[in-house]
Amino acid sequence: MNILLNSYFVKTHRLEISITIIAIVLFLIYFLGAPHVFTRFPIYRAFMQSMPFFGIIAISATFVVTLGEIDLSFPSIVGITSLTFGLILTATDGNFFIAFALASALGMFAGLINGLLVTKIGIPSIVATIGTLYFWRGLVNVISQGSGVAIVDVADSTWHHTLFVEKLFGLIPAQFIWFIVLTALMQWVYRYHKFGNHIHFVGDNKDSSQMMGINVDNIKIIAFVQLGFFSSLAGIFTMYEMLYFWPTQGSGLMLTTLAAVFVGGTSVFGGKGTIFGTFIGVLIIGSLESGIVALGLSGFYVQFINGIMITSAVTIYAIIQRKKT
Amino acid sequence: MTEELLQLRNIYKNFGNVKVLKDVNIKINKGEVVALIGDNGAGKSTLIKVITGVHRPTSGQVSFKGEEVVIKSVAQSRKMGIEAVYQERALCDQQELWRNIFAGREITNAFGFLNIKKQRKEAEKILRDYIGFTSKAITVDSTIMGLSGGEKQGVAFGRSLYFDSDLIVLDEPTMGLSIQETEKVLNFVKGLKKENKSAIFIDHNIIHVYGAADRFIILDRGEVVGEFNKDEISREELVQKMIQLHESGKIKVEA
Repeated sequence: MNILLNSYFVKTHRLEISITIIAIVLFLIYFLGAPHVFTRFPIYRAFMQSMPFFGIIAISATFVVTLGEIDLSFPSIVGITSLTFGLILTATDGNFFIAFALASALGMFAGLINGLLVTKIGIPSIVATIGTLYFWRGLVNVISQGSGVAIVDVADSTWHHTLFVEKLFGLIPAQFIWFIVLTALMQWVYRYHKFGNHIHFVGDNKDSSQMMGINVDNIKIIAFVQLGFFSSLAGIFTMYEMLYFWPTQGSGLMLTTLAAVFVGGTSVFGGKGTIFGTFIGVLIIGSLESGIVALGLSGFYVQFINGIMITSAVTIYAIIQRKKT
Repeated sequence: MTEELLQLRNIYKNFGNVKVLKDVNIKINKGEVVALIGDNGAGKSTLIKVITGVHRPTSGQVSFKGEEVVIKSVAQSRKMGIEAVYQERALCDQQELWRNIFAGREITNAFGFLNIKKQRKEAEKILRDYIGFTSKAITVDSTIMGLSGGEKQGVAFGRSLYFDSDLIVLDEPTMGLSIQETEKVLNFVKGLKKENKSAIFIDHNIIHVYGAADRFIILDRGEVVGEFNKDEISREELVQKMIQLHESGKIKVEA
């Protein structure tokens, strides 16, 4: 047992192991408390359907949080890019390529603005992105005048609808497969690509990174831009699933997304994080609401238990970190 | 036979309205160790940051190996053969050694993915050959957090040797080190000369500086106020100069 605890893998993956154990315990509780729900497939299908929408953003946001920065504007970026996607898809009578290109370009542009405000103007990211959070949501309201956009006529039963949200073998939603693929890809970039490497260095110590020849501003800007892109992607997935745009689209994503990143074990102080942890964080946060209701507790408990989960997870990580130093 | 490596001419550096460097002219020859001394705020750090590309000078010219250059970035100065060893700040605490050693110049494939195997292997070589870490406790997977001050300095030195630089810039390399560790660092500096490498180095301890350097440049409030070869001045005289500078706020130097 001692050898196991002191092995290299365990030492370097403490966070990942802790979060996995928390998730297993949680699902055991679900399983024992509500076997009639959790021994059947539909609940898992529902999870696979709903988790990717905020999961994709959480994976991407892990890069920004590892930098020691935060982005609060992504819910509104989801809003404005979903609206753009819906309007253009309708206007072009279902031209996926134009709608996708423009919506994702707008997402990256929104990320670029965040990045420039933080690096070139020097506004702390928490403040800058509160500004852009309101800006993009405000623009959604002005353009949509408070009404929705239906894309059912131009999107339903198209090849792109199939590509984004159709169920594989009638069982596994396509968005979940995309989510897994993107998570694997981003994990690879995060750990083994020069960009991911630089993200860690900049988040660890900005001044040292600068002196080692890393272009700190560029790294931050790219991090915000990719988050803008993945926010637009999440928006497009939501559009295909719902076939409808509503002006508050995306605004519920803020807390679940950031909670998944922090529960996943990425340090608020920057320099250290894990994509795998965020993935497990998504499974935890994304399952809490249905899990709690299935256990027979009323929906009023959801926020309360969410609060317990987040607080205890970050407390455990803080203690693990302190032991290391 | 002296061959010129680096020359700075009429370097000015302003931060807003603050003139940090005023008409600085210095020269470093091949195989020469030059010490920059002066009080806090004299502009020593700014000067070396101009050399390493962290800061761009407001005006002035730089030539390196006989060619006029404009050093725009750290990456560029490294490519030219200028390597900085900054006390404490050279490394990122929470990252592993194999990542730290190659930070900013990773070994990658065409798509930018790290060649982890190679980086680890080379890092191992650096630890063993250049630094002499043989203890089992320190491996390429150790993070910087667990190293002592001297070990950190060793990693930074090993890195500069590995990348075969011509000019090594040392910012207070002995600060906070134990006596044995300081000895190692100073020996390292002396060893550079044998390989015909040059160094420019900042240290507050005149005794260390005197032992390791060939030439001393005294900076005061952004200006060069004195320059001595080792054979022109004794250690006591150098200390005396620094005390004068400290007391009068300005020394008259007849160089």
